[in-house]
Amino acid sequence: MAKVRGAIDVDIEHCKGCGLCVEACPTHVIQLAKKVNGKGYNYAHMHQPEACIGCANCGWVCPDSVITVYKVKV
Amino acid sequence: MSLLEIKNIINKENLVYSKTKVVTDNVMHYCPGCSHGVVHKIIAEVIDEMDIQDKTIGISPVGCSVLAYNYLDIDWQQAAHGRAPALATAAKRLMPNHYVFTYQGDGDLASIGTAEIMHACNRGENITVIFINNAIYGMTGGQMAPTTLLGMRTSTSPEGRSVDLHGYPLKITELIAQLPGAAYVTRQSVHTPATVRKAKKAIRKGFENQDKKIGISFIEIVSTCPSGWKISPVESNKWMEEHMFKLYPPGDIKDSEKADEDPYKK
Repeated sequence: MAKVRGAIDVDIEHCKGCGLCVEACPTHVIQLAKKVNGKGYNYAHMHQPEACIGCANCGWVCPDSVITVYKVKV
Repeated sequence: MSLLEIKNIINKENLVYSKTKVVTDNVMHYCPGCSHGVVHKIIAEVIDEMDIQDKTIGISPVGCSVLAYNYLDIDWQQAAHGRAPALATAAKRLMPNHYVFTYQGDGDLASIGTAEIMHACNRGENITVIFINNAIYGMTGGQMAPTTLLGMRTSTSPEGRSVDLHGYPLKITELIAQLPGAAYVTRQSVHTPATVRKAKKAIRKGFENQDKKIGISFIEIVSTCPSGWKISPVESNKWMEEHMFKLYPPGDIKDSEKADEDPYKK
């Protein structure tokens, strides 16, 4: 079975930390960081990068369009 | 299995999802988790996919989305409170080859602008109306709107909306579906990835109906207002599913293309 690996790139400074991507992620890759960005929001980041499948669900629900999704077959 | 470094995955060849070029780089002023951002994004994606960026005119309302012209790189006109359908009528009649849409909230469309939207729908103007229904006046501080649910607490109904004092919630989308000029009337939401895709399809259909000249396309999007409802964005989505979908169930209400004969056009 072909396996896929994905990765997301979050525009940290524009993230507002709403947490909608955390809910939308089927493999629980994303969590809100303990650190904050320049505006004081706990930004989203990849907590378990190895579990990402590049489904782009996080990108679809992000209200601020800060998530870019990449996918590769291995 | 070869372990891939994340930096190797992140390159242009592997890109599957990114912001479209129609969305500008400005930071949106909306609160964290606001549905406006998602709806802006899917409108931009539809405009990008149909390649109509240079001939789309948006009419923005009064409300949180009054500054929508900062976020979508198309032509915009800002209307007086509730008067977006009247302005869209003029824009579409003067420039029939352009795609004209209005973007209105429930305070704008269902309250002060009821007359304008009813008559624009009844005339069957070839425009698309995007109606954001979050059951509250978001910009002015969470006052009660015509669409506020019974029992829902807002800053002007602190004991909850009651029938005796405030009347019933207004289901304006169902009212509009009865008008012969309305070609496509649907209700969508944007709280999960699947519903975002469905809403995008509905918006695309609304834009394509302008080519067919079959009448107005009315797309209601049941939305959240985490700041106005005073709960977190994730809880807002759950609250919306539990409470708002009872009164505002998602789905197509009218599609005159599918119906053999529209009962209202007799």
